Amino acid sequence: MIVRILGEGQFQVAEDVAPKLTALDAELDAAVHKSDDAAFRAALGAAVRLVRESGTAVPADTFVTADFILPFSDATIDEVRKLLADGAIGGDSVGLP
Amino acid sequence: MSVMKRVSLIFRAKANKALDRMEDPRETLDYSYQQQVEMLTRVRRGVADVATSRKRVELQMNSLQKEVDRRDNQARDALSKGREDLARAALQNKAGLQGQLNDLQGQYANLQEQEEKLTVASQRLQSRVDAFRTRKETIKATYTAAEAQTRINEAFSGISEEMGDVGLAIQRAEDKTAQMQARAGAIDELLASGALEDHVGGQQDAIQAELDKLGAGNEVESELARMKGELEASAPRQIEGNPNGDSSANGSEATRAAEQPQAGDGS
Repeated sequence: MIVRILGEGQFQVAEDVAPKLTALDAELDAAVHKSDDAAFRAALGAAVRLVRESGTAVPADTFVTADFILPFSDATIDEVRKLLADGAIGGDSVGLP
Repeated sequence: MSVMKRVSLIFRAKANKALDRMEDPRETLDYSYQQQVEMLTRVRRGVADVATSRKRVELQMNSLQKEVDRRDNQARDALSKGREDLARAALQNKAGLQGQLNDLQGQYANLQEQEEKLTVASQRLQSRVDAFRTRKETIKATYTAAEAQTRINEAFSGISEEMGDVGLAIQRAEDKTAQMQARAGAIDELLASGALEDHVGGQQDAIQAELDKLGAGNEVESELARMKGELEASAPRQIEGNPNGDSSANGSEATRAAEQPQAGDGS
């Protein structure tokens, strides 16, 4: 599967990492809902490390979309909320009209 | 739904929406490429802006460091003159300034990180854009319209995600730079007006004035001693020559005037 870490690009990650990543994703989601800063940072940090360490960077000439996108490694809960609120990624930032 | 999946769907939805609007798939490629080149310009400008901001903070840190050193010297100066109270006040000011400096150092590290990240993002986008340009020409030259559609969609969606990522990174860097600039502006004003001193302790002027007075006092004392020495060395002639302490021109007249009555008295 392909995982993007915002600010760091895409990684090809083996399928057997998926359960671990999914578990961390659930923790991340719970932390955002509870506004639990410490849990959020722990889950995000663990997920980012997992992808960096188990994945390999997708080459520049391979154009694929990611199955999962992780926030910036130093993102805050507020930033993630903004990102999840639809329309937070302005048309301009995707380079589209 | 989970965070990571939702974010990926948001990115994908944006790309799909744009694709749906394109009538001629091949034009999509050219249009996208044009957007990519613009994005490259934006990200490079972003890197330059962060660098400018970082340099400004660097200058401020130097100014603050100088102020910290100055307070330190003041404290030593005061102690050597036996004024522990002044030394304490100077060190209190120093501590306040040091706090500001530490804070700036943290911000500086943050900006440096943003700059590095954005530089890497800019390089990554550059190689992606180069690859896209090649892909674009290949698709246009090789594939039938039906085949092209799929490949165009892939390339377009893939690069759109990259652009969305870089766009967010630029936005982030811009936000942090703006915050930093607001702070930097405030500190610049404080440094320029000298209000930082008051802001930090409110006593700096008093300390320096007191130290200056002590310093000036010492100079006055030593100059007085020197003058006394000179006066004593030339005392007899000067007392004779200028008993009224008048200026030298008047003094010689006074001397003559003094001599005349003496002569008169003597006669």
